[in-house]
Amino acid sequence: MNQEPLWSIFVNASLVNNFVLAYFLGICPFLGVSSKLDTATRMGGAVTFVMLVSSICAFGIQLLLTAIDAPYLKLISFIAVIASTVQLVEMFIKKFSPALFRALGIFLPLITTNCAILGLALFQTNKGYGFLQCIVYALGAGVGFTLALVLIAGLREKLELAEVPDVTKGTAMALMLAGLLSVAFMGFGGLGG
Amino acid sequence: MSNAELTAGPAPTSTWQMYRAMVGVGVCCGLLIVTVYQVTLPVIEENKAEALQAAIFEVLPGATTSATYRLEEPNGFQLSDAKAVGEQRVYAGYDADRNLVGLAVEAHGMGYQDVIRLIYGYSFDENAIVGIRVLESKETPGLGDKIETDPDFLENFRRLDVSLSEDQEALAHAIVPVKHGEKTNPWEVDGITGATISSKAVASILDRSAQYWVPRIEPKRADFERQE
Amino acid sequence: MPTSPRTTTDEFIKGLWRENPVFVQVLGMCPVLAVSNTAINALAMGLATAFVLIMSNIVVSSLRSFIPKEVRIATYILVIATFVTVVDYVIQAISLDLYKALGAFISLIVVNCLILGRAEAFASKNTVVRSTMDGLGMGIGFAFALFCLGAVREILGAGSIFGIQLFHDSFQDWVVMVLPSGGFFTLAGWLLLFNWLKQRKAKKEQMTALPLAEEPAQ
Repeated sequence: MNQEPLWSIFVNASLVNNFVLAYFLGICPFLGVSSKLDTATRMGGAVTFVMLVSSICAFGIQLLLTAIDAPYLKLISFIAVIASTVQLVEMFIKKFSPALFRALGIFLPLITTNCAILGLALFQTNKGYGFLQCIVYALGAGVGFTLALVLIAGLREKLELAEVPDVTKGTAMALMLAGLLSVAFMGFGGLGG
Repeated sequence: MSNAELTAGPAPTSTWQMYRAMVGVGVCCGLLIVTVYQVTLPVIEENKAEALQAAIFEVLPGATTSATYRLEEPNGFQLSDAKAVGEQRVYAGYDADRNLVGLAVEAHGMGYQDVIRLIYGYSFDENAIVGIRVLESKETPGLGDKIETDPDFLENFRRLDVSLSEDQEALAHAIVPVKHGEKTNPWEVDGITGATISSKAVASILDRSAQYWVPRIEPKRADFERQE
Repeated sequence: MPTSPRTTTDEFIKGLWRENPVFVQVLGMCPVLAVSNTAINALAMGLATAFVLIMSNIVVSSLRSFIPKEVRIATYILVIATFVTVVDYVIQAISLDLYKALGAFISLIVVNCLILGRAEAFASKNTVVRSTMDGLGMGIGFAFALFCLGAVREILGAGSIFGIQLFHDSFQDWVVMVLPSGGFFTLAGWLLLFNWLKQRKAKKEQMTALPLAEEPAQ
């Protein structure tokens, strides 16, 4: 079992190896949802929740698969679990907060193809985390994802009012911003050790 | 085309059709995966074994064959078939005359960016680490990744002293990192300028591993010398 | 606007440039940025994705009348995940080093929006031959785009291409290029180039259209 201390896992997942800015996972919603601060925060919350649930399920699945010696079913089972979790979250939000449901729109079902969630499940399996470590890892990843999303959304909202050369409008500008943010987050390196 | 035909719409799908599609596709996919897995398994195992062998021979200069041993407290070391998981193992290296060259031990720990995995060679004759090889690292390219290539840094591990203390319970001197150029003792690791944290990480990984393993391996030399 | 029916070769060519998945559609970004730090990694990842895309297009297209629309997304994902698992094991068998470099990102091909997108938008509605061509075009376009990214990042960040040193020792490596930030910047750079080319083309078309629209001054 992996010996990493819990606080180190959390700091690592949220800052040092931020899922979006260091691992490039979850870019699609990152570029798509990040133009408004409001939606960004909510998306981050939904993703964190899905990450938590998926992480726990992935841990269970990995135990099961090792027991029956069928490692090749890992990918399929993970993706099936993630798709179902997203479906559940969607029904839940629809019932309890229709306004939020409308605000998130198409991006909610898109969480299924969010590489960050599958990436989380795969990474934690590779690192051999125990149950508690998995939960902390998922929380850290979710927090990091939300942080990156919120930062970019804030920046883009401000940029709406600035004069930007035509060629860079849109995705190119968002990517450059992301690049700069990524460099900034590199400053967190060495915190985990 | 009459209006009725246009507004009729497609016939609703039956549950049977849905099940048939999903299960049918599922079964075929499953078969494909299992086949590929079985076919590639021997090749992958061989690749991994080869890579491990290469690493062992690199950290134990002069070794040409190796054997895997697992730790069985408190008796000592037994030959292992290298397939079982979850056991603590070391790899013994032998030269062409079947003499014991030393043991190779894997170790890992947190580096600057992410986990560093390495393997090091321990020599009974010299009571020292005689070589290391970094197996996996995600250190900063151009800076931290110098731990894999910097010749001055690797020179540290030609003969890194790990002799045991009087009571044989721990190392006489812990492996400590020092600033570049300040190494005076054989148990110190001369760091790399600009890659302080990565060098310190390597030193601490080696120290932790050696503190655990050397007291356990040193008295059991005979276990490794008997061979089939 | 072309009004003639698209030929099979058209399906192939559109994926290479006009509807290039990375530079135009901006799909499948995650692996694009993550594994493009050297040319060889980028190329391998691109080809692996292309393989999964082509195979999944073929299967989805041949089964399109068999799969009811209610369960289509689930079945597509099942098929894609299968081929990704296959690629995963094949790469492990071919080269452990390559596998270590690409890591978990091979498995992440399964959530590449590009593959699911093509299955849903094209393969489920077209013949097997056309779908294969579409997969081939998009796949090669994707691999090409990844290679462009990887090559630039490797040349600037490590002074080499495919591991072959290009500049002599005094070349100061632009290390940020092989770091995650470099990925963002390089892609932004390529997109900028594409946008600029598009704008130039649009302006040219405008210029040629104007004299027809305006009445001569005198």
